[in-house]
Amino acid sequence: MLDATKRYASLPSFYRLCGRLFAWLLPATVALFAAGLVWGLYLAPADYKQGEAYRIMFIHVPSAWMSLLVYMVMAAAGAVALVWRVKLAELIHIECAPVGASFTALTLATGMLWGKPMWGAFWVWDARLTSELILLFLYLGVIALYAAIPDRRKAARATAVLAIVGVVNIPVIHYSVIWWNTLHQGPTVTRLDAPAAHISILAPLLFMAVVFKLYFITVLLARLRGSIAEQCRAQQWFRDEAAGRA
Amino acid sequence: MPDLLDWLAMGGYAWFVWPSYLIGLAVLAANLCLPVMRHRRLLRRGAAEEGGR
Repeated sequence: MLDATKRYASLPSFYRLCGRLFAWLLPATVALFAAGLVWGLYLAPADYKQGEAYRIMFIHVPSAWMSLLVYMVMAAAGAVALVWRVKLAELIHIECAPVGASFTALTLATGMLWGKPMWGAFWVWDARLTSELILLFLYLGVIALYAAIPDRRKAARATAVLAIVGVVNIPVIHYSVIWWNTLHQGPTVTRLDAPAAHISILAPLLFMAVVFKLYFITVLLARLRGSIAEQCRAQQWFRDEAAGRA
Repeated sequence: MPDLLDWLAMGGYAWFVWPSYLIGLAVLAANLCLPVMRHRRLLRRGAAEEGGR
């Protein structure tokens, strides 16, 4: 186990592993995503209260969950990079930031489009919406700080500290609908004792949540492959790899 | 055909549901395509540099 970990922590080995996994995961993710769209947009029944507008949920909710999960992955990789100085952890940490930012922006955009017909406003300064907006600023802060420091390794350590400090926002987002009176609805799916959604709606939602996780792994592998290629472009193993593919 | 039009109308919420999915697909596609294009560009550059030696 330790040998396998050591082997794949080396950048050339991990680069090749990324390529192999990406080739399998990409078609699987695209096919499952298409199936999830058909299930959510066509096969799932209309909601008794919100009608067809609730279908925004099948993209909004998985995206919101991913915005939190990706942040946790980014902070955890940052902590590993900070403590053990593992180069691969630094790359995972920094490559999570643009993906997480895009999930957060997508959550906010789809939330606004859902909020207008349901609340009568695209935006309200509600605790859930505001804390999610702060999450977007945290992601953008990590990206900006990394770009501002020329030394890549120092930059990764600085952004790791920022990401770890920002973790405090994650429980605030999650519990905001419980701690404060919000326009945003309370927990629906995470009430494991009695989910408030019917199984015909819950099943496609959970399916899309799994697909989004698969999508994140696929995108992260693609980003890591590019990032390793960028950092090792002057090294002979990468030039051999590039010449072999040409 | 009326069924398809009904479905596209999304119960009167088409202007909210379809843009959500279009924005979603655009963001997800960009997230996938950009790193793949970056990687291909680096491979081409690496191959050109190796060939020029």
